[in-house]
Amino acid sequence: MSEKIINLENIHKDYGGKVVLDNLNLYVRDKEFVTLLGPSGCGKTTTLRIIGGFETPSAGVVYFDGKKVNDVPPNKRPVNTVFQRYALFNHLNVFDNVAFGLRIQKKYSEGEIADRVNRMLKLVSLPDYGDRMSTELSGGEQQRVAIARALVNHPRVLLLDEPLAALDLKLRKEMQRELKAIQQEVGITFVFVTHDQEEALTMSDTIVVMNKGKIQQIGTPTDIYNEPKNAFVANFIGESNIVDGIMHQDKLVSFCGRQFDCLDGGFAPDEPVDVVVRPEDFEVVAPEQGQLVGTVKSVLFMGVHYEIMVETEHFTWTVHSINYADVGDRVGLFLTPDDIHIMHKS
Amino acid sequence: MIHNKPTRSGRLLTALTFIFLYAPILVLIIFSFNSTKSRTVWTGFTFDWYIKLFNNDAIMTALGTTLLVSALAAVIATIAGTFASVGLYAMKRRPRELLLQVNNIPVTNADIITGVSLCILFVFLGKFLGFELGFGTLLIAHVTFNIPYVILSVLPKLRQLDKNLFEAAQDLGCSWMQAFTKVILPEIWPGVTSGLLMAFTLSIDDFVISYFTAGSVETLSMRIYAMTKKRISPEINAISTLLFLVILALLIIINIREVQQEKKAAKKH
Amino acid sequence: MKNNKLGTLPAIPYIVWMAIFVVVPLILIVFYAFTNEAGGFTMENFSEMGSYAKVFTRSFGLSAIATVICLLIGYPIAYAISKESAMFQRIAMMLVMLPMWINFLLRTYAWMSILENTGLLNTFFDTIGLFDLINWIGVKFASDPAAYEPIKHFQMINTQGAVILGMVYNYLPFMIMPIHSVIVKIDKSMIEAARDLGADSKLTFRKVILPLSLPGVLSGITMVFVPSVSTFILSRLLGGGTTMLLGDLIEMQFMGGAYNPHLGSAIALVMMIVVMICMAIMNHFGDGEDKAVML
Repeated sequence: MSEKIINLENIHKDYGGKVVLDNLNLYVRDKEFVTLLGPSGCGKTTTLRIIGGFETPSAGVVYFDGKKVNDVPPNKRPVNTVFQRYALFNHLNVFDNVAFGLRIQKKYSEGEIADRVNRMLKLVSLPDYGDRMSTELSGGEQQRVAIARALVNHPRVLLLDEPLAALDLKLRKEMQRELKAIQQEVGITFVFVTHDQEEALTMSDTIVVMNKGKIQQIGTPTDIYNEPKNAFVANFIGESNIVDGIMHQDKLVSFCGRQFDCLDGGFAPDEPVDVVVRPEDFEVVAPEQGQLVGTVKSVLFMGVHYEIMVETEHFTWTVHSINYADVGDRVGLFLTPDDIHIMHKS
Repeated sequence: MIHNKPTRSGRLLTALTFIFLYAPILVLIIFSFNSTKSRTVWTGFTFDWYIKLFNNDAIMTALGTTLLVSALAAVIATIAGTFASVGLYAMKRRPRELLLQVNNIPVTNADIITGVSLCILFVFLGKFLGFELGFGTLLIAHVTFNIPYVILSVLPKLRQLDKNLFEAAQDLGCSWMQAFTKVILPEIWPGVTSGLLMAFTLSIDDFVISYFTAGSVETLSMRIYAMTKKRISPEINAISTLLFLVILALLIIINIREVQQEKKAAKKH
Repeated sequence: MKNNKLGTLPAIPYIVWMAIFVVVPLILIVFYAFTNEAGGFTMENFSEMGSYAKVFTRSFGLSAIATVICLLIGYPIAYAISKESAMFQRIAMMLVMLPMWINFLLRTYAWMSILENTGLLNTFFDTIGLFDLINWIGVKFASDPAAYEPIKHFQMINTQGAVILGMVYNYLPFMIMPIHSVIVKIDKSMIEAARDLGADSKLTFRKVILPLSLPGVLSGITMVFVPSVSTFILSRLLGGGTTMLLGDLIEMQFMGGAYNPHLGSAIALVMMIVVMICMAIMNHFGDGEDKAVML
């Protein structure tokens, strides 16, 4: 694994007593695509702004390449930012927007600047856009200019603050693919902030799930999806059924009035736990074969699968199945041990 | 944080500017209580000039004229301007932009041009129709330069409205007038009242346009002008002080209202 | 944007009113400018204006100086105020505008009592012994001490300087206000973006804040220059009549002894056109953004 480029240690941030970040510890490896994911107000944007230098932490240390950078202003940091609403300078045209950072550095001739700007505009698929004013561009085009403006300076890290939030669904999908491709091509670290779990899952190497100023879980998209650490993560990433249960001993849990085998362990005897089951992990079977039996309350066609609400004695389960069931049908639900995820009560 | 913090030199500059802006006003106010006519030497405290002011018939008549013309002009301009805004709002882009250009003429043009051009019109029409410059022409002039400001304060409020609001009201059975008074007017009310206040203050303050259109009628600012032309009396200082207080009170009311509106708007979100 | 259901009918009285009382009077000015008293076409009004060339240059010159001074003072103040808290800004801007609502004549009148030869400033200088000091030095270094005339006061009133001061004092708020309102509307993330791209605070100001506040500057210049160039009375009260300005000249043709509305219209027309040309040139430089000057 490559070295840590950014390291946040014991970061605390409050605004006049209101705690926004609570003892945050996080590192980012070089050339990694890291996503900070969480609902609005979870502190993800503040974390990004602390890395960018727009905010100073109330306590804690920010390291960049092992050096403390708490007091280094944003213009002296080897990072660049793509802002949420792009923040293009609307008194400048596209070319001058992208050239802004290079001209500030005063290291390059106008010829070199033109070279680099044009190459960058080509990279973001906007060649020949140099003369347009930023106000004449569509949302997606502005987005690309903002990315080009940041990348042209060869930052070590690119920070992206919900850059796709303002785009429509189709464009967003397209930009997700493109951003990932750009990251691989330029080979630098991306730190990406979003509240969209799907976006995080498709693009990231590492996802940092945050809630209420605290990190809930750090892991690869697969880890986060398959092995959520707590009920919040399970619920935020994908859909989940979460019920109360009792962990009798390792690999044995009871919920909804019966016992199930599972794969988890390390709980106290008879500890109350949250039991999480993904809707797609159920197998819908005949009532006599099911571990749980219930009545179909509603059926929605979702394209690939049906979303079926099954009401059992203790809980109404959300079930995804490719087979149709009629409202009012009695059905059985079957789970294998690896479908059941046990979590400490939060 | 990287956002610009206030600098010491910036604060000093602001303070100096306020001294520059308020020193003359302070001088005016202080010497309105001076016991002699001297405008430079303090000789003792008195209220005499205020008493004299209220016994000065010419000033009181002028004050009455000013208040009457300002109130009438502000009300007429606000009603006409509000309806005009609704019409402009419903208009297609092209004609609306053209009318807004015309609307901007009295705003951007020098007052003296507005005054002189109206003066020519009134003299010209007067010859044919047989009237003289006086209260009527003064009122027309004031309405004319007030309307554009009412429109500039009402039209933006209309633009903030939900486009379907009026249709929704009609859909629910309102006539045009009912939809206007029950739905549109309450929504744009803050713009209407600030337009009214703005028009009223502009009218009270105006000198140049009144000067060219009032004929033998005299407004307060014309009276002040006549007084500065002749022997100067501390009664002028006394009026200044009173006007200053009235305007200060008006501005404070306007600002408190704005703060309240912003708070309300913030709560909605 | 269209909302035809509301109907354009309510605007009709307004349109008629504006046509009669805004458009027609302007047409009359043009008509008067090209006619004589008998009603015949003439260019005489314009040729007669030649003798007033000095008034034109003085008016435009003094107004230009006053506008530049307003800009040099007004911009830094607007910028300084924009850095303060929202409440401070609100109160500060109210205090900036408050003097504007006090009668123009009264404000000017206040300056008279400050600037006069026996006015407050001269009295103050006298009290602290400034004139004694100057006279003492004067006598000492004069080639002929007997012929030295001691100074009793500074001549401040009845000078062009006083007229410029009057313009600056009266119209400075019109410079501060539009600049301030443009600066506070600049998207904070643009300033952050500039910092992010490597600009320090000075460069951020020069490359982002200043160009983005240009529309406010242009509005400010218009709002100071137009009333300055057309002002009347100001020169009479502070300039002692020695510095007649365009406004006074026009006023004389309509209200004064030199009654000649045809010449007055011609002067007003030329003034209006020159101002429009000045503004057009300026707006051209500023890309013509936000031409509409608003209160």
